[in-house]
Amino acid sequence: MSLSSRHLLQLEGVPKEDLELILDTAESFREILDRPIKKVPPLRGKTIVNLFYEPSTRTRISFELAEKRLSADTLSFTTTMSSVRKGETLKDTVRNIEAMKIDMVVVRHSSPGVPYYLTQCLEANIINAGDGTHEHPTQGLLDIFTMRRKYGKVDGLRVLLVGDIRHSRVARSNIWGLKTLGASVAICGPTTLLPYDAERFGIDVYTNLDEAMEGVDVVNILRIQLERQKAGLFPSQREYSNLFGITGERLKRVNKNFTIMHPGPMNRGVEITNEVADGPASVILSQVTNGQAVRMAVLYLLAGTDDADVTSQTEKG
Amino acid sequence: MNHADAHIVMDGHKMARAITRIAHEILERNAGAKTLVIVGILTRGADLARRLAKTIKEIEKVDVPVGLMDINLYRDDVNYNPDQPVVRKTDIIFDIDDKNLILVDDVLYTGRTIRAALSQIIDFGRPLTIQLAVLVDRGHRQLPIRPDYVGKNIPTSFEDNVRVSFAERDGEDEVLFYPSQTDQSSPAAAKKRKKP
Repeated sequence: MSLSSRHLLQLEGVPKEDLELILDTAESFREILDRPIKKVPPLRGKTIVNLFYEPSTRTRISFELAEKRLSADTLSFTTTMSSVRKGETLKDTVRNIEAMKIDMVVVRHSSPGVPYYLTQCLEANIINAGDGTHEHPTQGLLDIFTMRRKYGKVDGLRVLLVGDIRHSRVARSNIWGLKTLGASVAICGPTTLLPYDAERFGIDVYTNLDEAMEGVDVVNILRIQLERQKAGLFPSQREYSNLFGITGERLKRVNKNFTIMHPGPMNRGVEITNEVADGPASVILSQVTNGQAVRMAVLYLLAGTDDADVTSQTEKG
Repeated sequence: MNHADAHIVMDGHKMARAITRIAHEILERNAGAKTLVIVGILTRGADLARRLAKTIKEIEKVDVPVGLMDINLYRDDVNYNPDQPVVRKTDIIFDIDDKNLILVDDVLYTGRTIRAALSQIIDFGRPLTIQLAVLVDRGHRQLPIRPDYVGKNIPTSFEDNVRVSFAERDGEDEVLFYPSQTDQSSPAAAKKRKKP
């Protein structure tokens, strides 16, 4: 079984079978993380470059560990310590790296479409680790994987995304993946932080959080980027917190068993309180663990889309 | 699957007797069941592993831990195979250090699956011994591997096929032999018959 694409650029348009193959494979890889030796050999001899043009802790470490646990050789590249500082173009940088014989590139960039652009100038498999406000497909997959582990299915789940939807690549990946797998999705946030074209996604839109939380199973809380306040998109952190912050008091008021998710990094006291983040409904740290299993699955499956021309020599003994 | 040339080489009774004999041999060689753990290779090696554990329990009144193992991540042909094999969940929740580990598969053929399983077991711990039990040994080894317990030796040619069925999975307990011409008539069907 193979994925239908050599690259993972977005979840929009990815067929259901591919999403399910990734999630099922991640389920098998999740077990490896509980072994005494958390390393398996399938990507031996593959070289993977992590190309991060934007700051990242969780995603970069998670990818690096996932690569190492599959026995790939990895190298991580951050723009602050490279010739990007000397004005080298993206295309020159990546073509030089590819000339050193690499197999896969994991890329994060502030401009939407950079991963797609790389597929046009490189032979390697490309994985999008977040491109501007476009998508963050492995984060979407790990959120969905976490929901599936908790509820046993995705079909029919009701998921609410709260916060800055307009600028959130995590939200977009969640929406596309969840819709394909049959979940119903709603979004809630200040009007200035909701997408102009929400109807394109086929989702429910709320501006009142209590209303939005009625009948929902999962609340996925997005990070409020504090620079948005400087841009005048919401008046103050305190007002945002009052209207859209997930607090223990609000959970009691709506009185239902939610699963609380957050892709990190959290602004504690703004979009989520300590009580909720560290409370029993929170699966935020499971998300981080699951992220490794999902990234291992993606790397493993994409490596298999490489050698389509090699004749099968499979023989079972 | 029901090809005219296919014939039954072991029926349910023969299979049951072979499994009982293997269970006794395992108990004899390991002086009881106290030090044993059993690990079955997915899919039908796992079925056989459960049967062996059940039989050992009947004889010795001891519950032997049974683990399941998917060997696909340890295969030696990943770079030659256009499709990544589907990885299923390995489930070994007990300690294997200093145990006598009985590795179980349904059919022993080239030995490559067993080589992969050995590599994986060593990543889980350090058993005192690893012993190999198979229901059918059909020969054609490509690696220096031999079984410790065999249900039945079945001489085959490279093109023949042997398929083990378990009632709980396939509806019936039996071992079927498919001579080479069945494979040549329909390569696609033959490929399907090969174990995953």
